[in-house]
Amino acid sequence: MKKSHSSPRRGLDRRTVLKGAAAAAAVGTGITGFPAYLKAANTPIKIGVPTILSGRVAILGESSVAAIKNEVRKINEAGGIEGRTLEPVFRDSRGKPDEAARMTRDLVNNEGCEIIIDAEASGASFAVNEVVRDMKQYCIHTNSETSSLTADPKNQVDWVFRGCRQGIHDAVGGGLVAAKVVKEKGLKKWATISPDYAYGRANTEEFMEYVKLFAPETEVITETWPKLFQPDYTENVTALLNAQPEVLYSCLWGGDLVAFFDQASLYGLFDQFTAFAVNLGDYPVLTAIKSRPAGVYSGSRYHKDIPDTPENEAWYESYMANADVLPTNWAWQNAAAINFIAEALKKTGGNTDTMKMAEATSGLTINSPFGVDGTLTIREEDHTLVNYMVGYSKTIVNEPYVVNFDQTAWSEIYKHEAEWKKRNGYA
Amino acid sequence: MFDLDALASCLSASACLVNQATSGLIIGMLLFLVASGVTLIFGVLHVINFAHGSFYMVGAYLAYTTYVVTGNYFLAALVGGVGAGITGILFERLIISRVYGQNLLMQLLVCYAFILIVDDLVKIIWGAEYLAMGIPAEFRLPPLRFAGGFIPPFYLFLVGVAVAIGLGSVLLVTKTRFGKIVRAAALNAPMVSALGIRVNVYFALLFGFGCALAGVAGALAAPVRSLTPGMGLGILVESFIVTVIGGMGSIPGAFLAAIILGLTRSIGSVGFPLFVDGAMFMIMALVLIFRPTGLLGQGAVR
Repeated sequence: MKKSHSSPRRGLDRRTVLKGAAAAAAVGTGITGFPAYLKAANTPIKIGVPTILSGRVAILGESSVAAIKNEVRKINEAGGIEGRTLEPVFRDSRGKPDEAARMTRDLVNNEGCEIIIDAEASGASFAVNEVVRDMKQYCIHTNSETSSLTADPKNQVDWVFRGCRQGIHDAVGGGLVAAKVVKEKGLKKWATISPDYAYGRANTEEFMEYVKLFAPETEVITETWPKLFQPDYTENVTALLNAQPEVLYSCLWGGDLVAFFDQASLYGLFDQFTAFAVNLGDYPVLTAIKSRPAGVYSGSRYHKDIPDTPENEAWYESYMANADVLPTNWAWQNAAAINFIAEALKKTGGNTDTMKMAEATSGLTINSPFGVDGTLTIREEDHTLVNYMVGYSKTIVNEPYVVNFDQTAWSEIYKHEAEWKKRNGYA
Repeated sequence: MFDLDALASCLSASACLVNQATSGLIIGMLLFLVASGVTLIFGVLHVINFAHGSFYMVGAYLAYTTYVVTGNYFLAALVGGVGAGITGILFERLIISRVYGQNLLMQLLVCYAFILIVDDLVKIIWGAEYLAMGIPAEFRLPPLRFAGGFIPPFYLFLVGVAVAIGLGSVLLVTKTRFGKIVRAAALNAPMVSALGIRVNVYFALLFGFGCALAGVAGALAAPVRSLTPGMGLGILVESFIVTVIGGMGSIPGAFLAAIILGLTRSIGSVGFPLFVDGAMFMIMALVLIFRPTGLLGQGAVR
C-alpha cells in the first residue's frame, strides 16, 4: 500500500492535464455560445433504449433490438435526418423497474441520448414513464400493452407516447371474434388458463368481459392460474380435462405457452375444445411448438401475411436478412416507433427539443407496413397508437402457421373503447 | 378461494381421481430427480448448491441438441445427464470447492454468479429463442384411458425412469463401496484421507452425480417443457421446498416430499386453485416449525 503512495505519478499527471484541457475546451465552447444545433450538426442523434435482454423473455428484447437496428440502418443509409445519423444505445434492465428507471436516467445524463424508446414490459414501463415525466424527456413506449399506461389521465404526459398495442383494443377484437365463433357453434361453457400476475389477470378479465357482452349466454365454469414461468402445467391441464368446458381462453405467452401446448397435446386437449390463445401468433412461439394443433384461434401479433401486402412482405424480408432472431410483436412495434421518430424529426428539422418533438408526434400519421390501409396514427387525444392490425387467425400445422385472419374494424374498437373509458372514469 | 364442491365432486369421480393422482405423480417425480441431487450434495458435502437449476438447464439443452442431431431420445437423455454431470464436476473442482467451509452468503454469491454466467453462455450457444424438443416419435400415442381418466404413455415412461434412478441412487449411497467411502468422508474427511483415499476425487464425483440427476431431469422433461435461458430458476425453488420438507440429506425424504408436493399441486388446482403455491409454502413452514429436520431428515439442522 505504502509503495503505491510514493510511486511516481507521471501518467496521472498527464491525464489530469488532458482532462483539464478537455474541461477548459468544454467551458470555452459554452461561453462562446455556439448555437446548439451547430455543435450537434455532425453528431449522431442518440436514442436510448432500455429493454430486456436476459432471462426467459430475452427473445422479445432481442427482436426489439434487431428491429430498431434494421430501421436505423435504412434511415442512415438514406442519408440520416438533416445530415445527422441515428444511433441507438441499448441497455439490459432484465425487466426490473428500478434498473429500467436508473438506466433511463443514465442514458439521458451520461450517454447524451436525446430520445428514449421505452422497450420494457409493463412493470418497468410505468417506472420509465415517471422518469421521463420527471426529466421532461421525449419518449415512446413500445412494448407495454397495459391499457392504463396511456388511457388513465394520471399516467398521461404531454411528451410521452405509446407506439404499441393496447390491451383494450385486442380485448374488443378478441371478444367480437370469439362471440361470433361460439354463437355459430352453440358453445357456452368457457374455461381460462392464464398466468397468475397483473397482465394475465387483467387481460383475461377484459377478454371475457367482451365475450360476455357480445355473447351474453357465456358462462365461465373454471379458471386455472399457473404462475409465471411455471415449468409444468400438468395439474392445470388435468383440471381443464375434469371441468370439460367447450371453449378455452389463454393469454399465456412465450415459452410458457409453448410448454403448455406441448403438455396439453399429450392429453389430446385441443381435440376436445375450441381454443383461443391471444399470444399464439408470434413466430418464435409458432415455430417452437412441436405438436402444433390446427384450428386454434390465435390473436394477431406479427405475421408477414397480416396485413397481406407487398410492403409487409418486404419489411419481413429485410428484417430476416439482418436479424438473427425471428420477428415478434415487439419487433414491429419498435420498428414503427423508429419510423414515427424519424418522421417527427423531419417535421422539427432535426431538432430534438422535447416539446417540439412532442408537438410533431401528437396526432402524427405515417405510412407503415403494419397499419390498416398502410398507415399508423398516434392519436392526439391520448397519445396512443391506433389503426394497427387487430383480429384473430386460425392455426394450421405448417407454414404460414396461421390463416383466415378475421380483422376487427377500428370503428367497432373506437366505439367500445369510448364506453370502456367512461366506465373506468378515464374520459 | 376454496372450491370445496369441485374438490368433493373430483374426489368422488374416478376419472378426476385418476387424472389428478397421475398428474401429481408426474410433477412429483421430476421434482424428485432434481431435489435428490440437492439433498445428496448437501447430505455429504454440507454445501447448498444454489446453482442446481443450471445443471437441469444444461441437461435439457444438451439433450435437445443430441436429439436434433441423432433423433434418438434415449441417447439424448443419457447425454443430458452425463454432460450435466461433467459440468458439475468442473464446477465443483474449479469453483465451489474454493468456498467450502466459508459462510453461506459467499457460497450463495458464487452460485448466483455461476447461474448468470451459464444462462448467458446458453443464450450465446443456443440463442434466446425458446426451443422445444417435441414428443419423441416412440411416444406420440394417444393417451391411455383408465377408469375414465387420461394417462399419456410418455408420462408413464418418465415416472418409471425417475423411480428407477431414485432407487439406484439410494443403492449407490448405501450399498456400494463408493457410497461407503463418501459417507465416511462426510463424517470425517481427514481420517478417510489418512487411509490413502483421495477424498477430493470422491467429493467431486458425488457432486457430479448430484448434478447428473438434475441433468437427467432436464433431459427427460425437455420434450414437454420449453427450453429458455434461465429455465433452471423455477425448478430450483420447488426443489428446495422438497428438500426442506423431506429433510436435508435424505433421498427417501425427498421422494416422499416430492409426491406430497405433486399431489398438493394437482389436488389444489381443483380444490383451491388460488392457493396452490401458498399451500406448498405452508406445508414447508409447518414442517420447519414442528419438525425442523424435515420428515425423514436425521442430521442436525445447520
